[in-house]
Amino acid sequence: MCGIAGLIHRGKSSNVGNELQAMLQALKHRGPDSTGYALYADNDGQNFIMRFKVGENVGEGSSSINEDESVYDKRKELVDQMLKSLGAKVLKEKKLTPYSYRYEMQYDEDLMDFSKKIESIESVEILSIGKSLELIKDLGDAQEVLDRYDLGKVRGTHAIGHARMATESGVDIKSAHPFWGYPFSDVSVVHNGQLTNYWNNRRVLENKGMRFMSECDSELIAVYLAEKMRNGATLEEGMKDSLSGLDGVFTYFVATKDSLGMAKDTMAAKPLVLYESDDLVAMGSEEIAIRSILPHEIDTYDPFDGEVKVWQI
Amino acid sequence: MANIKTNENKTKAQSMGLHSEVLTGKTQQKFFNPDEAENFYYWGTYDVDFNKRIDLDVNDLDCKEANKKIDELMSQGYGTIVIKNPQGKHSLGVGVLNKLNLIFEGSLGYFGVGSIDGPTVRINGRVGWSCAENMMAGKVVIEKNAGSCFGAAVRGGDLICKGSVGARTGIDQKGGTIIVGGDAGAFTGFMMQRGRIIILGNVGINLGDSMYDGTIYVGGKIGSFGSDAIESPMTKSDIDWIKRKLKVAEIGENFDISKMTKVVAGKKLWNYDALEPTEKKGAI
Repeated sequence: MCGIAGLIHRGKSSNVGNELQAMLQALKHRGPDSTGYALYADNDGQNFIMRFKVGENVGEGSSSINEDESVYDKRKELVDQMLKSLGAKVLKEKKLTPYSYRYEMQYDEDLMDFSKKIESIESVEILSIGKSLELIKDLGDAQEVLDRYDLGKVRGTHAIGHARMATESGVDIKSAHPFWGYPFSDVSVVHNGQLTNYWNNRRVLENKGMRFMSECDSELIAVYLAEKMRNGATLEEGMKDSLSGLDGVFTYFVATKDSLGMAKDTMAAKPLVLYESDDLVAMGSEEIAIRSILPHEIDTYDPFDGEVKVWQI
Repeated sequence: MANIKTNENKTKAQSMGLHSEVLTGKTQQKFFNPDEAENFYYWGTYDVDFNKRIDLDVNDLDCKEANKKIDELMSQGYGTIVIKNPQGKHSLGVGVLNKLNLIFEGSLGYFGVGSIDGPTVRINGRVGWSCAENMMAGKVVIEKNAGSCFGAAVRGGDLICKGSVGARTGIDQKGGTIIVGGDAGAFTGFMMQRGRIIILGNVGINLGDSMYDGTIYVGGKIGSFGSDAIESPMTKSDIDWIKRKLKVAEIGENFDISKMTKVVAGKKLWNYDALEPTEKKGAI
């Protein structure tokens, strides 16, 4: 059981950082292990934002990793060297935690090749690349992650987020949601459910050159959609295709630079409550997530089985 | 199942195809003897006065505190309780085991008014998953939409949603009536064992999948029939009964009941043919 939430303001910006925090905090009981945000922020749209981590410091548990911080600094230096050799120009950099960074940079070449080379450095994972996407995920609840990464002031048009209860993979950052739609800029996915044909699909997609960073089944959705779009499908076409291509039970959200979509499996086995008005769409695993930002009386509904919807900003 | 026997004289409910067995025997006599009045009262029920009304704002209460407060108010004789600001909270109004007018001014989350036996509930908003699960008796009216597993395992009473409902409505239903004014999702009536479901709108795929018994009436289009669900002709008894129920539910005033589709169990699941006649009854 996990909790997912998403919202999109149409025709205006809002404080999506705080709004998504309130929604995810209301869903904390569905997923206390880790929290992730994919915020589509009001950046200038000129440069790429790359968020990446150079290790994990997840403490206790089966995924426990306790590395010395000096290791992180060395890996960060290797990333800088690689960026330089790739011709990327770093305009701003910020150390967010001992193991994660936010870079603002200029880069004009293929992102797939770029990502492969950056991630060839030991334990380095790109969390996201995009011109408006700010993808943050870490252990802890929504408030803790918001405070740790100073997301309270982020304004933007739309956002999706996830409160995770780890089931089939570890309690660590690499298995946390959202997943970046590698190698597409500004694509992110969150998922609630279980996919039963993960390994079959993974083998096929890896043979096509796609990359998986974790063993979390939800990552498959991001890679699956990315591969569809890489072959020319629109987001909505890829999502509709996923209803038969992905086996199992799922409700997932996917966001791009200017759109937000939801898909529900053909058995409608996972919950989703949806509120839709002319200027705002808000949805979550439970009504209380929507109520946390819309306390007045509203009309909501459950989408039916096999439904796919996409909204534009 | 040793005490379940068949009887040649069919009741009206049996002639409508609602169920086929008659419950007799020592077990039934022991627990359902009307002379033994104590068997009809629960611990924790109260004599309440419907004219004694109070508002309860649950905005700052969690579900346990709110339900405890409802219980306290009933113990003080309040027969009409209006819940303000439910804000989609889960498990509100569960376990009410006596007559009560319970009004929610807003929406409920998951498992709202579950395991109730007797109250009349009106919800002026929507409800989340598993509303009125295990309801024994009473009446629940939802003004807007409902989530999935609406009326899961209900055993009696009337459960009415004026809007649309999600998937698996009436899953494992064991009695009572579920009425939906709008559409219903996939697997409606999944494994239902008795009782009736009325859907005025469309239903999704796998309607009545693996149903053992009971009846489903659909006014709109059917996505597909589930395993062992079959169409059955509408009778005058069906039409009269639905008409009466819709009137009580205050929906579908001008609805053409005669064009509804009646769906019942085919009772041809693979295991039925392999069972002895007495075992078939036991399976039901």
